[in-house]
Amino acid sequence: MMIVFYLAGAVAIISTVMMLTRTNAVHALLYLIVSLLAVAVVFYTLGAPFVAALEVIIYAGAIMVLFVFVVMLLNLGEQVTQTERAWLHSSGWLGPAVLGGVLAAELIYVLVRGIRVDYPQAVVDPRQVGASLFGTYLVGVELASFLLLAGLVAAYHLGWRKAERSENR
Amino acid sequence: MLRLLWLIPAIPFLSALLLAVFGSRFSRMTVAGLGVGSIAGSAVISILTAVAFNGSYTQSLWVWIHVGGFRPEIAFRLDALSLVMTLVVTFVGFLIHLYSAEFMLGDEGYSRFFAYMNLFVACMVTLLLADNLLLLYLGWEGVGLCSYLLIGFWYQDPANGRAGQKAFVVTRVGDTAMAIGLYLIFHSLGTLRIEDVLREAAARWPAGSSYAIAASALLLGGAVGKSAQLPLQTWLPDAMAGPTPTSALIHAATMVTAGVYLIARTHVLFQLAPPVMLAVAIIGAATLLMAGFSALTQDDIKRVLAYSTISQIGYMFLALGVGAWGAAIFHFMTHAFFKALLFLAAGIVIEALHHEHNIFRMGGLRRELPIAFWTFLIGGCALAGLPLVTAGFYSKDLILWSARTSAAGGVELWVAGLAGVVLTSLYTFRLIFLVFFGELRTPVSKRPGWAMRIPVSVLAILAIIGGFIGGSFTRFLATSLPAFPEPAAPGITEAAAGSIAAIAFFLGLAAAWLLYLKHPELSAAMAANATGRALHRFWFADWGMDWLYDRVFVRPLTAITFINRRDAIDSLYNGLARLATLGYRALSWTETGKLRWYAAGIAGGTALFIAIALFL
Amino acid sequence: MATVPLRDGLILSGVLFALGLVGLLVRRNMIFILMSIEVMLNASGLAFVVAGARWQQPDGQVVFLFILAMAAAEVSVGLALVLELYHQYKSLDVDAASRMKG
Repeated sequence: MMIVFYLAGAVAIISTVMMLTRTNAVHALLYLIVSLLAVAVVFYTLGAPFVAALEVIIYAGAIMVLFVFVVMLLNLGEQVTQTERAWLHSSGWLGPAVLGGVLAAELIYVLVRGIRVDYPQAVVDPRQVGASLFGTYLVGVELASFLLLAGLVAAYHLGWRKAERSENR
Repeated sequence: MLRLLWLIPAIPFLSALLLAVFGSRFSRMTVAGLGVGSIAGSAVISILTAVAFNGSYTQSLWVWIHVGGFRPEIAFRLDALSLVMTLVVTFVGFLIHLYSAEFMLGDEGYSRFFAYMNLFVACMVTLLLADNLLLLYLGWEGVGLCSYLLIGFWYQDPANGRAGQKAFVVTRVGDTAMAIGLYLIFHSLGTLRIEDVLREAAARWPAGSSYAIAASALLLGGAVGKSAQLPLQTWLPDAMAGPTPTSALIHAATMVTAGVYLIARTHVLFQLAPPVMLAVAIIGAATLLMAGFSALTQDDIKRVLAYSTISQIGYMFLALGVGAWGAAIFHFMTHAFFKALLFLAAGIVIEALHHEHNIFRMGGLRRELPIAFWTFLIGGCALAGLPLVTAGFYSKDLILWSARTSAAGGVELWVAGLAGVVLTSLYTFRLIFLVFFGELRTPVSKRPGWAMRIPVSVLAILAIIGGFIGGSFTRFLATSLPAFPEPAAPGITEAAAGSIAAIAFFLGLAAAWLLYLKHPELSAAMAANATGRALHRFWFADWGMDWLYDRVFVRPLTAITFINRRDAIDSLYNGLARLATLGYRALSWTETGKLRWYAAGIAGGTALFIAIALFL
Repeated sequence: MATVPLRDGLILSGVLFALGLVGLLVRRNMIFILMSIEVMLNASGLAFVVAGARWQQPDGQVVFLFILAMAAAEVSVGLALVLELYHQYKSLDVDAASRMKG
């Protein structure tokens, strides 16, 4: 189990890096999907099969697909890829890299210095999660549904405007 | 009746306030009624208090300041000295106000004029009646302010404003010295109440101590400034830019004598400092001679009278310096009468000739303006000291006699005074002969009405009879001022000294008659030759003092302010403002409007805080 | 079964988060920025799940579910906005929308 965790972790990191450095949006999205799948495997090794499944179905399956649809809709051509390449070659990497590195270093420092806990491994199965969701976190679930409704209305409204304008044109 | 004492300053204050606020809405009649009536009220009340006077009386109104041991009150003190001076100031003030009701009738600043004049009288009376030196200083500053306001009354002409400014700045130098003197007195004696100061000083300061010398020298500085004596006399001739009633009231009869009052009031301090008394006498003698010479060369009728005022106050200072306190106040009284008379009569002449001031363009007004001629003649004789008939003779004679016989004085001061008599007589009769005799050069366009004739007539009568009360006057004053000690073995008798003074008077009269009436070509010839021209220019310009002050004080200061024209201290505050603007610009440079920049800011801040939490 | 150390899970989460942040700061294309945000959200959810596994409680997974719901809503609205911006500025350059400058 340990080796699977480390392998999946490595895949996640590598594919994220690859995602960041692509010029073609669709390629980057595919790398991102791979990263998300790797993280799902990590979830499974941690004993959380429910969220592993959710990660694959919702995150990689719905959200990323939405991304792909929009990218396709935008119909960005070769010229955009050229612009992307131009932007990537600038000296814009140094500052953010330093910043991200500092942040990561601080996090790792804290973790390395502090935690040395060993805990018994156990699987938290979907039954427990469901009981918790419909018990303790009932209000949270309702709120999440509100949020999704709001997102739905907003997206519809924004999209409708655009449609109206394109009709007038 | 004595309880009405506080009304003497209060009524003019109230009137000034009313005129200042509502004056433009009142009719001329109301303004004149209020302005003249308030001073009339003050005069009446001072006469009533004089009648009821019974030794010294203090009326305390309220406690002004109360900080630690410092507790000056608004309190008025009536004793022989302040009573006499208040009577003179309010009565002469009333006459001058009556005169100016007609004189200023054509002016559009009528109510403003009366507001200022009333305020002036209120401040002057406060000064005279003040029980403590702080209240006196309040009145002192108040009269200085009113003087400035009235000199620059016709403010549309910037020259008048400059004259007012000059008066204010020069007297300010004196006022500052006086303020330092007050601090010194308070610091050493712990009180500013005049009675207490005089008592404590006599008890604690040995004669000739440095405290006494310093305090009295500083007070002398203030007196010199206000009374236009050497070296601060340069402002008075230029102050003639104000209206003639102002010159009569402020710069002849009252404000300029405030210095004399101050020295007389604080006489104990001066008596404790013999060097300073000697300085007072020398200043008086030097000033009376200098101003006499300058008066000889002037061609503006008011400037002659201004220099004459400076000279006569020099006589008062001379008297104070030799310890003849009563004589100085006596001369103050007679001087108030005849100098105010001279100014008012000159005002009649100026108005009649439609604002002509140059005496060389006047002439032959003897028949055209008889009232002006006779009153001016009486006033001039009083000024020069026509023996036995005029008040000026008695007061000046007393001063000269005291100078001759005093322990501190001596022959030199007496000779200086006598030379002053010759000069006074000379310039006075020069003025009279040039203005009223000879041929008519400028025609008369306006004759005075009754409001202008009554005051000059009353003052003329007073200028004659005022001197007869000399003996009882000084005896009355001796209740509050030390009497002049009778000389042990005088060199000459008083009668002989008086005759010598009379001879000096006639000498001057004869010289004036000769040079200006009989043979005017002689004076013209004297003025034309080289030394004559140089002397004329020198004396005309007040012995070059204006030029001196300009070079020594005004130009260096102007140069310094020019160097500092960007104002170092202002630059500091401007610099702070500019710093803030720079900060703003720097910070607004960080608002690029770019999303990634802001995200980077958040990330950077987070990293920083985590680092601080971890490592600090 | 050997346990997965807590530390390594959190380190993985931290590294993924940092990578997402770098991606957000570097890329100028709005789609890529949204993708980086997704990466960051995912990483924080991973941290929650790791924590939940440590206590053997379902709370970590529940929170992950909420994060997921939020990410979904955010993506849908965000992409609608991206389309709107694309129509306005005719490019996906995020620096083009800098009218708040200064």
